[in-house]
Amino acid sequence: MLVNRKLILAHFWLAFAVFGIALTLGAWQMFIRSPIGTWLSNPELYYRSLTAHGTVMGYVFPTLVAMGFGYAISEAALQQRLVGVRWAWVGFWLIVAGSVMAVIPIALGRASVLYTFYPPLIGNVFYYLGVVLVVVGSWIWVALMSVNLRVWRRAHPGAPVPLAMFANVAGSYLWAWTAVGAALELLLQIIPVAAGLKSTIDAGLARVFFSWTLHAIVYFWLMPTYIAYYTIVPRAIGGRIYSDSMARISFILFLVVAMPIGMHHTFADPQVGAGFKFIHSAFTALVALPTLLTVFTICASVEIAARLRGGRGMFGWIRALPWDNPMMLALAFSFIMLGFGGAGGLINMSYQLDASIHNTQWITGHFHLIFGGAIVIMYFAIAYDLWPHLTGRELIDVRLIRTQLWLWFIGMIVTTFPWHWVGILGMPRRMAYFDFGDPAIAPQALSVTLSAIGGFILLASGIMFIVILARGMRTPKIDAGPYRFALAVHQPATVPVALNTHALWVALMIGLTLTNYGYPILNLALSSGTSVPAVYVGAQ
Amino acid sequence: MSTRDLFTLRNSHFRIGVGITAAILIVTAIAGFIVLPFAQPWVKFADVWDAICSAAGVPQRAAGVTAPEQGKRLSEVVLTSNTLARPSQEAIGRGATLAQRCAICHGPTGVSRADSPNLAGQYAAVIYKQLHDFRSGARTNAVMSPFAINLTDQEITDLSNYYAYLPRLPAYHPTPQLPKPNIVIYGAPMRGIAPCGACHGSLDNKTGSPWLEGQSEAYMKAQLHAFAAGERRNDISQQMRNIARAMTPQEIEAAAAYYASQPPDVVKAVD
Ligand code: HEM
Ligand SMILES: [Cu+2]
Repeated sequence: MLVNRKLILAHFWLAFAVFGIALTLGAWQMFIRSPIGTWLSNPELYYRSLTAHGTVMGYVFPTLVAMGFGYAISEAALQQRLVGVRWAWVGFWLIVAGSVMAVIPIALGRASVLYTFYPPLIGNVFYYLGVVLVVVGSWIWVALMSVNLRVWRRAHPGAPVPLAMFANVAGSYLWAWTAVGAALELLLQIIPVAAGLKSTIDAGLARVFFSWTLHAIVYFWLMPTYIAYYTIVPRAIGGRIYSDSMARISFILFLVVAMPIGMHHTFADPQVGAGFKFIHSAFTALVALPTLLTVFTICASVEIAARLRGGRGMFGWIRALPWDNPMMLALAFSFIMLGFGGAGGLINMSYQLDASIHNTQWITGHFHLIFGGAIVIMYFAIAYDLWPHLTGRELIDVRLIRTQLWLWFIGMIVTTFPWHWVGILGMPRRMAYFDFGDPAIAPQALSVTLSAIGGFILLASGIMFIVILARGMRTPKIDAGPYRFALAVHQPATVPVALNTHALWVALMIGLTLTNYGYPILNLALSSGTSVPAVYVGAQ
Repeated sequence: MSTRDLFTLRNSHFRIGVGITAAILIVTAIAGFIVLPFAQPWVKFADVWDAICSAAGVPQRAAGVTAPEQGKRLSEVVLTSNTLARPSQEAIGRGATLAQRCAICHGPTGVSRADSPNLAGQYAAVIYKQLHDFRSGARTNAVMSPFAINLTDQEITDLSNYYAYLPRLPAYHPTPQLPKPNIVIYGAPMRGIAPCGACHGSLDNKTGSPWLEGQSEAYMKAQLHAFAAGERRNDISQQMRNIARAMTPQEIEAAAAYYASQPPDVVKAVD
């Protein structure tokens, strides 16, 4: 039951429109700093582009996808009209306003601070206010998800919350809490300086606040993908979810352990004590658990589908899978990229190994593989799956869809594998150009060129994606039927309170944040002499 | 299913969830704050509490370490956003009066005929910093130091505002404009040299960096060589010394000739 289709479509279209722009900037960045482009005479342009690309890809695009998908889940899984539609539109328009407000100073070169803000670098205040508006808009969504679940619960006392909605609300709570770190950094530290009320800033404290957001935000990006793994893929390929409880436990684990681990982004920072770095590192190791559970459960669910289709043997069933189904393809690609990306993540999370790849191109290669690859390819799949139900029209270009997914996968591998490699060789990230004429880095020219070619493949795939969706708005009308989520092998009749509500896990999430962040933040906030003069972008 | 059934030890999910979480936290805390600090034999702790404080990142004063003795004076200029903000007409007028003694070298209109820097329209922060550095001895020059040594803070501020207020005029002997050499456009990334314009005004201006267009070629060359040789050392954090040291003599030549041939009106305006 999808009633507010316009609302959901608005979120998706805005998401994919800004994605298209940011993708083009990404391809340009790849090209311009590779040996096939000429050096930029003004490196500032690179940082302008990088700020826009990072801000859109990191904040605006995934947030809009999570919101649009969240509204769709709320209506389709709960079989209930969305409560608070007017508020949802307010949230949407806040995001539009915030994005415009942020992008103008970026385009003018007044906010080339990159999406990680990088204090004591300070840009135009409207950039930060724009980001705040985007976050506030998304918080409205968080509240609405919670309200809608509550309304449903009242009508269905004691009934198990549908898995998709349970996970969706978990993701929204995770986002609400993890965004607090960056919000504190912006409101207490950066915006007062950008507005001219102060001229110094505690950059070390700002980095700690940002790390509060920076890790769990990646699980917020990941949520729609994991929800699609569990609740769309098995249905789309004719299987069932292997275990409903396992799925719930995975989402619960994300809620608990995604938060207290962000300091693995500050391993190289002197202002954080080594003991806290160790605790965060140890908890980071735990966060592999829900992903391993998921990989196991989804493989089992897929096997069920294969065996239902007559698949036999230890591995023979793999051939019986519906490989021409875009959802199957997307899942396989996503898992492969998740596997490689996860292996790379093991290096990032270990205190010692991290030192050799810290701030190198390895990092950008890594998160493009996981985020741009494993996660975003499932965003595509979600859009393809939902589109007929949103537009009431069929997506007829199934071959084009498969080609698009193949190109995204190939493009991502071609882009990110050499990207990792040059990182290991020590090439720093966030550089506008490299002198490949120098014998010291001349051998890396080939790898960087390959990455740039991969970037163009990705651009082509991204354009195809948008074209497919746009064409899908004009095909003949069909009745797509009700939108359904996958069922479990044993669809639960009752679920224990702890696996049907979020309160316990939210409490643990907040508790662990206090234990793991409380002292480092207080220590920095209360010490004097830790602030440095702000450096204003483009100012005297 | 109320929260009363959830947050109670009778609920096994509560017991297990909270229990495991607390256990992991305690184990990792003991490892991170006690075991691992003592596992580093090269670090000495007075007692367990000392190790815990160290691992927690409590700021500690390193015992018995004194700041290294600085042989030469360094720049100590402090500039806040109010130092040079919105000068009054009187302040600029006072600066104009004071500037009469500078005119012999820097020209009556702020454009030099004597291979001294042109000051007309230079960024106020630049003049302010150089005068302070001459006064403190962080920068020395046989001609300039005696002029600066007796200036008061107010006089330095007024002079800076006056010269920044003057229009940027073409150099006294304009030469045909030369094309940009690579060292100016790109710098030299492998040697850690940013493009000059990243600080000196044509792309961006970093506080304290002068614009260079139309300045004397001989003067700029001499300064670059002085930075490279470490004879001039009032650049903060060696920003300019590091660059000049990495430049070849040809690049110094080319950069100085290029900048000398440019009209100063291309420089990025100041807010
Ligand atoms: C959905 C896909 C993508 C996402 C989510 C994404 C996200 C990001 C983010 C968050 C950053 C960090 C910005 C920063 O370091 O400040 C970034 C950097 C970058 N991205 Fe993407 N990106 C995506 C696709 C692409 C594509 C397809 C390309 C190339 C064609 C690309 C090229 C780059 C480049 C060159 C950088 C800068 C790396 C550096 O200089 O350190 N991105 N991206
Ligand atoms: Cu992280």
